[in-house]
Amino acid sequence: MKVHTYEKAFLAVGAVVLVACALALVYATVVHGIHLPDVSGRVDPANVAATPPFDQPGVYQRGPDEYEAVVIGRAWSFQPTEIRVPAGAKITFTATTTDVIHGFNIEGTRLNMMLIPGQVSKNTYTFAEPGEYLLICHEYCGLAHHLMHGRIIVVPAGTDVPLVNGGAVAADAAESAAGDAAHVNH
Amino acid sequence: MASVTSVVLRPEGYDLPAGQRRVLRWTIYIGYAALIAGVFHGLANALSYAGISILGWFPGLSTYYQGLTAHGVANVLFFTFTFANAFLPLMTGRALARPLNTGLLWASFITLVLGNILTIYAVVGNHASVLYTSYAPLQAHWTYYLGLVLLVVSTYFALANMIMALVGWKKANRGERIPLLAYISVTSYVMWLLASLPIAVEFIVFLLPWSLGWRSHVDPLLTRTLFWFTGHAIVYVWLLPAYVSWYALIPRQVGGAVISDSYTRIVWILFLLLSIPTGMHHQYTDPGISNAMKAVHGVLTFGVFFPSLATAFSVMAALEIGGRRAGGTGLLGWIRKLPWKDPSVLAQILAMLTFVLGGATGLVNASFSMNQVIHNTTWVPGHFHMTVGTAVALTLMGVAYWLIPYLSQRRLFGNGLALASSWIYTIGVLIFARGMIDGGLHGMPRRTFMAEANYRSPAWELPGILTGIGGTMMFIGVMLFFAVIGLTIVLGKREGAPQDIPVSVTLTAPAKDGWEPMLDRLGIWVVAAIVLILIAYGPFLIGYDVVPVSTGFRLF
Repeated sequence: MKVHTYEKAFLAVGAVVLVACALALVYATVVHGIHLPDVSGRVDPANVAATPPFDQPGVYQRGPDEYEAVVIGRAWSFQPTEIRVPAGAKITFTATTTDVIHGFNIEGTRLNMMLIPGQVSKNTYTFAEPGEYLLICHEYCGLAHHLMHGRIIVVPAGTDVPLVNGGAVAADAAESAAGDAAHVNH
Repeated sequence: MASVTSVVLRPEGYDLPAGQRRVLRWTIYIGYAALIAGVFHGLANALSYAGISILGWFPGLSTYYQGLTAHGVANVLFFTFTFANAFLPLMTGRALARPLNTGLLWASFITLVLGNILTIYAVVGNHASVLYTSYAPLQAHWTYYLGLVLLVVSTYFALANMIMALVGWKKANRGERIPLLAYISVTSYVMWLLASLPIAVEFIVFLLPWSLGWRSHVDPLLTRTLFWFTGHAIVYVWLLPAYVSWYALIPRQVGGAVISDSYTRIVWILFLLLSIPTGMHHQYTDPGISNAMKAVHGVLTFGVFFPSLATAFSVMAALEIGGRRAGGTGLLGWIRKLPWKDPSVLAQILAMLTFVLGGATGLVNASFSMNQVIHNTTWVPGHFHMTVGTAVALTLMGVAYWLIPYLSQRRLFGNGLALASSWIYTIGVLIFARGMIDGGLHGMPRRTFMAEANYRSPAWELPGILTGIGGTMMFIGVMLFFAVIGLTIVLGKREGAPQDIPVSVTLTAPAKDGWEPMLDRLGIWVVAAIVLILIAYGPFLIGYDVVPVSTGFRLF
């Protein structure tokens, strides 16, 4: 098979680019510690509310500058709806769903996970700056999917974060989301 | 210049029996009917991002997500597969200069129609607003799952038809190389046969019995993984009929030639090997799958980009040969000499150019860190409206500009309209994708009824408007396409209709000895593909503890 010189050159450059892409993937993982959600345990979706840590959704301090946010997704709200975390600390988000597949995406960050019934989703993120971020369910989950969102409030480092926050707010929000859903449904 | 060889057995002509011509034509019309329904919903979906809801104008439509389900199922499942079901067997029969099996053509057509009716019943009745990905535990009516199973069965009949033609041809032509056009057409659907098995298991073993109440629970991560096991390869099944046109037909249409026979076959073998073991890059953000497995799929995904790079070179080289033969000189002078006024060529060149952007954005999807920024944002539909939505759809429209005249024996009516359609569509998709990609980088969620969402970000404002404008232009482009097709069928002149398909020639003939005939031994390559699939999916499937935890939810 005769292959033209230009063609060889084109394919060689292409191959180098693709190998570089693959190496970049390895580099991001090993050197920068950018991990994807991994195998992080199971939970029975019918029993989420009775299974630790999901029996107490909220934010917990797990070490100096280390927090865990435990979140439940269900049609069509997050619990807690409002999550307060300090800037500069390593936050582990631990989440699951009680019903269908939901998304868990914090706008403007790379914190992006799927919540799949039966599975525990986990990933970590450090917010550099204080501010407010949308927490969006970005997987279709039924009629009122477009109402399902929450808020991450990043407070300045050193501010006291109320541990286990947002429970009451969540209940209200779930109710109002359900009301909105009924409205959409006519 | 090397000797010129045809990519078909008998370049001088081919008689397609009138009965077969009719079945093939109607198979394609079924796909067009789906596409018409699909693009109306597409318009509504795009306008929603601009904050405009036109759902009230759709009689019988209950929700945005019902329309989005119709959009996906009609456009990427029914439209693409009906076209391939007609196009690939026709190309195979033509290349081998053999008639197809009329019984199998009918079997494929009838299962397709039945599948269509069942799926339409489920979707139109709002019994199946689960989107085309059909993720459990959202549960559709059983007619939806059965309808899609029948669609897949119709593709098997089409493949059987091609295999029969090939086997018959081989008996009569021992020791001959398979004509190139037949080789690439058959290999496209052989890959699909392998790729379709996981989704067949998902639907037949799990979702269908579950929707009928014969099975109470399913494991959502398992069914989702089975979906993507098929789901990435499926995009190549949509793409390969377009590649068949780009490689084997377009060179003839521009007066060029296929640059290499073996090179083309290698591209198809790479697709056969690498399309399937890459599906987990759609599941990067899923729990329950290890980072190691995801990395294997990530690297293989970069691998399957390679045959598309090779295609970029070959196809552009074929165009350049045509442009230079038409008198083009200098580095870029040949571009001006291409037949830009030929609607079939224009549509496909614009499809190729858009595919450059589609491919580049696809590489981003495969990267671990970038994927986490854009997963399930509008970036993704921005990307795939440039791949399946343009590289494939616009190419199939371009092919239709000679194929419908050929099958209906009427001359194309409305050359100018057809040219306008392609330009409007392409400019539209570029605006649309610019909006979606920009919004996606700022976290704008896909598959979401933004017009009525109770949250917003200022960064989505302009992207949403661009999405609406671009989507409207794409809609107008497709409507002009249908106007041309409709006018052709009704008003096209009988005389001067194309009597044959535009079959190209190659610059280098297929070698009869050496290693190259190995390329024709598809069985060996299928075994190699299975080995790669086992490497990529084996560890997960063996190690995964299936726990059926989910009953069905009908939240729509």
